[in-house]
Formats: sequence, C-alpha cells, structure tokens
Amino acid sequence: MQMINNEKVKKRILRRLASNKFFKWLFIAATGLALLTLAVLLIRIVTQGASSLDWNFMTSFASRRAEDAGIKSAFVGTIWLMVVTAPIAFTLGVGTAIYLEEYAKKGKFTSLIQMNIANLAGVPSIVFGLLGLTIFVRELGLGRSVLAGGLTMSLLILPIIVVASQEAIRAVPGHLREGSFAMGATKWQTIIRIVIPSALPGILTGNILALSRAVGETAPLIMIGALTYIAFLPENLMSQFTVMPIQIFNWTGRPQEAFQAVAAAGIIVLMIMLIIMNSIAVYIRNKFTKRY
Amino acid sequence: MTSPTKEETVFNVENLNLWYGNTHALKNINMDIARNQVTAIIGPSGCGKSTFIKTLNRMVEMVPSVNISGTINYHGQGIFESKYMVEELRTRVGMVFQKPNPFPKSIYENVAYGPRIHGIKKKQDLDAIVEKSLKGAAIWDEVKDRLDENAYGLSGGQQQRICIARCLAIEPDVILMDEPTSALDPISTLKVEELVRELKKDYTIVIVTHNMQQAARISDRTAFFLNGEVIEMSDTDKLFSTPEDKRTEDYITGRFG
Repeated sequence: MQMINNEKVKKRILRRLASNKFFKWLFIAATGLALLTLAVLLIRIVTQGASSLDWNFMTSFASRRAEDAGIKSAFVGTIWLMVVTAPIAFTLGVGTAIYLEEYAKKGKFTSLIQMNIANLAGVPSIVFGLLGLTIFVRELGLGRSVLAGGLTMSLLILPIIVVASQEAIRAVPGHLREGSFAMGATKWQTIIRIVIPSALPGILTGNILALSRAVGETAPLIMIGALTYIAFLPENLMSQFTVMPIQIFNWTGRPQEAFQAVAAAGIIVLMIMLIIMNSIAVYIRNKFTKRY
Repeated sequence: MTSPTKEETVFNVENLNLWYGNTHALKNINMDIARNQVTAIIGPSGCGKSTFIKTLNRMVEMVPSVNISGTINYHGQGIFESKYMVEELRTRVGMVFQKPNPFPKSIYENVAYGPRIHGIKKKQDLDAIVEKSLKGAAIWDEVKDRLDENAYGLSGGQQQRICIARCLAIEPDVILMDEPTSALDPISTLKVEELVRELKKDYTIVIVTHNMQQAARISDRTAFFLNGEVIEMSDTDKLFSTPEDKRTEDYITGRFG
C-alpha cells in the first residue's frame, strides 16, 4: 500500500511553502532588529563623540574642564589591568581546564566542580567586587592597587576561560592521544606536545574574549575602590589606578553638557579596543583552527 | 616454516581474563607469540580481538572500567607487575591503529615524535631516524621532497604508512596492528601487506584482521577468536586447510561472521 498520497501532498504543498517563507522572514527580521539597534548606538556615539576625539584626548589626563579632559590615565590603567589579569587568569584557567579534562577521574566530585564552575560564570560581577574588596584589598592589604584590581578581574573571568579551554581540549580527538601514548609518551608529554598545540587556538580565543569582558567591566572595580578621578599614571603594581569604563561612568555623571561628548569619545576608544581584541580572537580561530 | 617450539617466545599469555564493567570480554586466554613471526588474530566483530592486542601494550587500560586478571609475560617479565613501567613497554611494543591517526604536524615531525619524546635532540640523529623509518615503511620515495608538509595532506594509505614509520622510529621489538588496512583501498592495502611481509624479518608482528584472505596471505600463525575465547590457534596453513574445531571451519568457510 502506498502511504504517501500524491493528491494530499499537492493540496498541502502551498501551505508548506508559505510557512517556509514566513519563518525565513521572521529570522531575517530578528537579525535586522539586532543590527539596527547596534547601528543606532554606533551612529549616536560617533556623532556625539567624534568632535572631542583627537590626539589631545588620548594624551591628556582627566580635568575639571571638558575641553581639557582626556582619557590617558584611564587608557593606561586599562592596559595595566590587562597585563596583570591576563597571565594570572590564563595560568589558573588553562591549568584548571587541563586538570579537569586530562587528569580528573570522571565521577561525582568532578561533575560537582564542573557544575560550580558553570555557575560561577553566572555570578554577578559586583559579587566578585565584594570578594576582591574583602580578600585582596583588606585581608591581604593590597589596597586599591592595580594588583588588587587585576586579581579581582582574574577571578571574574576565570570561569569563562576554564569553560572555553575545556571545550577546546575536549575537541582534540582521542585517537591523537592514543597515538602518543602508544609510543611510550607520558601523560605530560602527550598534553604538552599533542593536546595543547591542537587546542591552543580555541584556548587563546576563549582567553581573549574573556579578557575583553574584563576590559568592559566597571562594577567590581568601583567596589574595590578604583579611583574615578586621577591625574597620574600607575607606576607599579601597588599604584592606584582607574580604567576606561569607570572614567566614562564618571563623565556621564557630570552635570555639564560638554562632558557628554567627552564620555562619548571615551566610549569610542573603549569600543575600538574591544573590537580589535575580538577581531584578533576571530582571526586566530579562523586561521589556526585545526581540521582533523 | 620452522616449528614454533624452537623459536623464542616474545609474549607468553597465561589465563588472561578481562572485563569491561560487567562484560567478560576476554576469557581465559593462553597464547605464545613467537619472535619474527606474523601472528594473525581473526574472528567476527566484537569477539575481543582488538581488546586482546590492546592488552599486549596495556593501551586497554585507557578504558576507565576495565579489569584484568592473569599474566602476560614479555620476554619473561610480567607486564602487569607494579614495578613494570607502561611507558617502557610501549617503547618496545609499538602500535598501528585501525584508522590512520597521524598527528596534525609535518610528516617529519610525525616520525620524529617518538625519538623526541625519548630524548633524542640532535638534528642529524633525528634526520637519520626519520629517513630510515620512512624507508622502512616504504613511503620515503613518495614523501622525501615534502617532509615539511602536514601529514593530513596525504592519502589514507600514505597516512597509514606514515603511522607505521612513526612506529618504526621508536625502534620497537614488536609491532601491534589493529586492522591496519580496514580503512584503506585495495591498492594501499596491498602495499601495507607487502610491508608487513618485509617488516617480519626484523620485527615480531601481531595483526588483527577482519579479512581472512589477508591473514592467510601474510601470517605464519593464526588465532581464531570467538566471544572472547581462543577457539583455535595453529600454523596459518594448517588452520585454513585442516581446522580442528567445527566453529573455526564454519567461520573460515564463511558460514557465519
């Protein structure tokens, strides 16, 4: 017996094609709305801030007068923060990921750790700020220093790095590990010579994206007491500092209209920095991702 | 062919049992594997032949739930003894896998991998080993002008011979081959078979195969596995011409499997 009735198929085909088209346009509309929002945001920021954005803006310290205000201390502060955060977060995050994927026995305890790391990624950043304030600023007596800020940021982005690195390590096919073990390689030799090189593009991508999240964060640093107005550059790890999002936040809070343009210029600088970082991540992913 | 009793035994397997969780995968296996011979392991899918050869270099222990009893002696030393180092065993007992698994590195680096992990650093030593191994695996002429290219650019058959070269580079005593031609086309298969015959002069080879003609063509001794047991093991000519067990006869005449 024939189960497909050609008559019925013919009757229904127009309706099927119509819903096919409907969903296609629904998804295009969703994408379009997102792009439109982004475009409005960009246009508004650029038209407002472009006039204030010049070389002077990059090389001047914060000032009470809008026309003299620059982002130098905040820009340099952000760079300092990244330099402190990146190695700490990379070491701890990749180390944790290697342990969980390569060494830890699969069991209840490991899945408990796993679940908590995933949950940690969802903890509001202000909570990490409180943690940093209690432990680094007060208990360890680091004060409102770049070091305290960097450590706090490392903790904040740690779960993202762990999860991204784990995924990259898991994507390395098992038969490569087997090939290495079968030659008499130890676990560490296999990890350092086979697993890490294969997973490195994914690991780096995850790290850069996590770092760009740290660059945009404000709340935890306000919590630990990064300053909002400083007219000097950090000199060492114990120096006080500010970062771009805090500086921008500070400018937007000023009553004078002129500061809104300065804030917009700051946002442009911050966004360019983030776009560059994300582009590097995308480039690494596309260029070096291995196909097996 | 000389009689196996006169030959040196490389592996001596006694009362080997192996479980994956509750599944009894290898049952009471006793077997001697002689030096400079090709020993073929045949049998239907799931009969434990791959598990068996992975036990010989303890690769089977990578499966988390595995349990082993019995002894395997390699040149008279028990490989399951706690002081026996698995890395040392695997340096002496190389393995070629079912699916070619070159590393995502250059051809040169693939072959130099083993010597490097065992501490050889000098460029001219590595060069010599790479050339010797690639020649040994009968692929030198095909790749000598592109040693720096990624091994993934090669065909499946070439990749498998790179894997054999990689295995030769650690200068093993035994080579285990787990269905090395099952993913290859007939011409590549033929090349690998020729190679096995050639390698037998210097190495002891244990090869798992689905293909009975292949076992008949290249092996000196054949063991027939069924449901985790060795049903029959004897000289290949004898096993294929006058099998003693009814089940062996049924299998090699194609009545099941």
